Amino acid sequence: MDWLNIGSLALGELFSPFTATFILCALGLSVHFGYTGLLNFGQAAFAAVGAYGMAISVLTFGLPLGLGVLIGLLASAVFAVILGIPTLRLRADYLAIVTIAASEVFRYFMTTIGFAKVTGGSNGLSQFGEDFWAANPFAEGTYGFGPFMYRADELWIRLVAFSIIALGAVFVWLLMRSPWGRVLKGIREDEDAVRSLGKNVFAYKLQALIIGGALAALGGMVFVVNLSNVQPQSWGTTFTFMIWTVLLLGGAATILGPIVGGMVFFVLLSVTQGIMSGLVEIGALPFLTLPQVGQIRFLLIGLALMLLVIFRPQGIFGNKKELQFNG
Amino acid sequence: MNHLTLGKKRAFSLWLGALSIVFGMLFSATPSLAASPSPSPSTSTEQLLIKGTIKNEGEPVAGVSVQITGNGVDAKATSGADGKWVLEVATKGVYKVEILLDSLPEGVGLRDPETTVREANLTATNTAAVLFPLGKDLRVVQPIGDQIIVRVFSGLNLGLLLAVAAIGISLIFGTTGLNNFAHGDMLTFGALFTYLFYVVFEWPLLIAATATIALSALFGWSQDAALWRPLRKRRLGLNQMMIVSIGFSIVIRYILLLVFGGETKVISGEFEAVVIGPINTTVNSLGSMGISVITLAAVALFLTRTRIGKATRAVSDNTSLAASTGIDVERIIRIVWVVAGALTGLAGILYGLQFQANWMTGFQILLLLFAAVTLGGLGTALGATVGALIIGMVVEVSSLIIPTDLKYAASLIILILVLLVRPQGVLGKKQRIG
Repeated sequence: MDWLNIGSLALGELFSPFTATFILCALGLSVHFGYTGLLNFGQAAFAAVGAYGMAISVLTFGLPLGLGVLIGLLASAVFAVILGIPTLRLRADYLAIVTIAASEVFRYFMTTIGFAKVTGGSNGLSQFGEDFWAANPFAEGTYGFGPFMYRADELWIRLVAFSIIALGAVFVWLLMRSPWGRVLKGIREDEDAVRSLGKNVFAYKLQALIIGGALAALGGMVFVVNLSNVQPQSWGTTFTFMIWTVLLLGGAATILGPIVGGMVFFVLLSVTQGIMSGLVEIGALPFLTLPQVGQIRFLLIGLALMLLVIFRPQGIFGNKKELQFNG
Repeated sequence: MNHLTLGKKRAFSLWLGALSIVFGMLFSATPSLAASPSPSPSTSTEQLLIKGTIKNEGEPVAGVSVQITGNGVDAKATSGADGKWVLEVATKGVYKVEILLDSLPEGVGLRDPETTVREANLTATNTAAVLFPLGKDLRVVQPIGDQIIVRVFSGLNLGLLLAVAAIGISLIFGTTGLNNFAHGDMLTFGALFTYLFYVVFEWPLLIAATATIALSALFGWSQDAALWRPLRKRRLGLNQMMIVSIGFSIVIRYILLLVFGGETKVISGEFEAVVIGPINTTVNSLGSMGISVITLAAVALFLTRTRIGKATRAVSDNTSLAASTGIDVERIIRIVWVVAGALTGLAGILYGLQFQANWMTGFQILLLLFAAVTLGGLGTALGATVGALIIGMVVEVSSLIIPTDLKYAASLIILILVLLVRPQGVLGKKQRIG
């Protein structure tokens, strides 16, 4: 087994744009779930709305990418309002069902042939990120050391993605230590108590939904700019539940949780996949084939989600007292 | 981990043991699957194939073309003398396969005339089979009145099927408060085991169905015994349990994928066609509707007339009051899980016999089930039935007006709209929304 290769592949996941996507989405989900207690099972849709909003404004309306990003963020805010108004007054499990339903509805609308002129249908859209790659300040060549060797464009997207994460993390940290953030935590702990203090709980929840959704939208944009295409099938429920696993692994009501959780999650996933593929290649797991190893990785995500919630709901960093999952 | 008592650890190892039993059971089924003549996963190479067989009443049809698009591919494949077509693609992803109706022989049409485009999902597997069951050409334009009758009939059919599966969700929610996200995968479990027993082992349908229902009931029992009861004893919160059920559903789904492969299975075989006025249907659809109605009636009688049924409703209404009147709540919950497992397995059988099934089937239906249960009012069995019928109707009738590929979206939008106006559902009690 090629341990060196497995190790360097795994370390490569640390700063991959894919990891960055899930960190951003999980950071948004920590605002929703960790700090406000909203069970949002449609986080993939927020990312998708952002990504599609950006891609469509560039391709259909010919706007510059920077404006597209703003429109994507705006679209995710509108989505949050549309979703929030009927559901934020409901009990937590209703919110869960409605958010997952809404995210699937959005995916159906992006897939349908009827809107294919704008959305690209199931083929999706591509060639909207040219402005981004053109703005790359790094000259051609490779940068870095050891397992962290990147080409100029690879370095560029990583730099941008992790700068967004840093800014986002500081933003959330500042928000949560403000009076506004304390009200959110109050809502998580006891909604009625906060309401009796004269706070408009609904408005606070809606604001939290918008802010968390905007972070996910940024994550979605990183995801599609890196892939150079946006396709409806990427944003299924698996995407959402991977975000949940990342968040619960790191710790829901923490700032570092989503970041470290995302890194640990994808490194572990890469290591297990590498080891299992190696074992299959040397014939140690005769009942498995190589493609099945890829399937087992999703099985492990499911198992990790179960075990985390059962045995360590606070994740790596969280404080158990902060996470009673009120509903 | 210091808060863990020994008992909890034991409960968990029990659960792991049960999981390994499920694993063992499923993996022991693998060789028999591979030995079968039906499409076995050709996963030894890294070739990515989209393939299918065009058959009409058991006979292969040659010269039928399909157009495959997606991920930069736009290619045509034509069926050979054995009715088989195949296309190799370079990248993983989801492809659209459209059957070119003009290439079909005279008088032959799709059994499901609306579905000319199907998806080939190559994200997790290396081969994807896409099947277009053929039958009599139904492409004659029907008058709108007839079309409505046909749609209402299909809606009734789908609604009854959903109702059988939704009652399980509703009973579990009522007695334990859990929104079980693994419920759809219990339906897949039923459909795929029917495939194993009926198509691969070639058992008679009745025996295959009985075995599947028994296995599904056992699956329900073992889920409660090994997972949910220990979690209830740990006093895990309901929302946490909901997330656990999501994790569990992912685990079941991928185990089923590993064992059965990613191909879509045709379980229906060849059933006799029946024509009633404008409605073209088959014996199995009518049979399925009959079985659904009988099952629903039986469940209603069980809940209203038997002691256990009444106790179940008492537990749903108020668990602690029920316990104080001497009802063994844990026993009732165990019975509910067994009944829910059996009912959902039955729904899986009925679904599999009428439509195609693969490892994703249940999860795609799950949202419709949740919509049905929420629409009817969470936790009321009658409400679930009413909600399921409404959802079935909306899905089928809406496709008269909106594109077919949005019909599921329509039912989910209805769900969101109903929650706006009447959050407790059509038949739910107001205090349930809390």
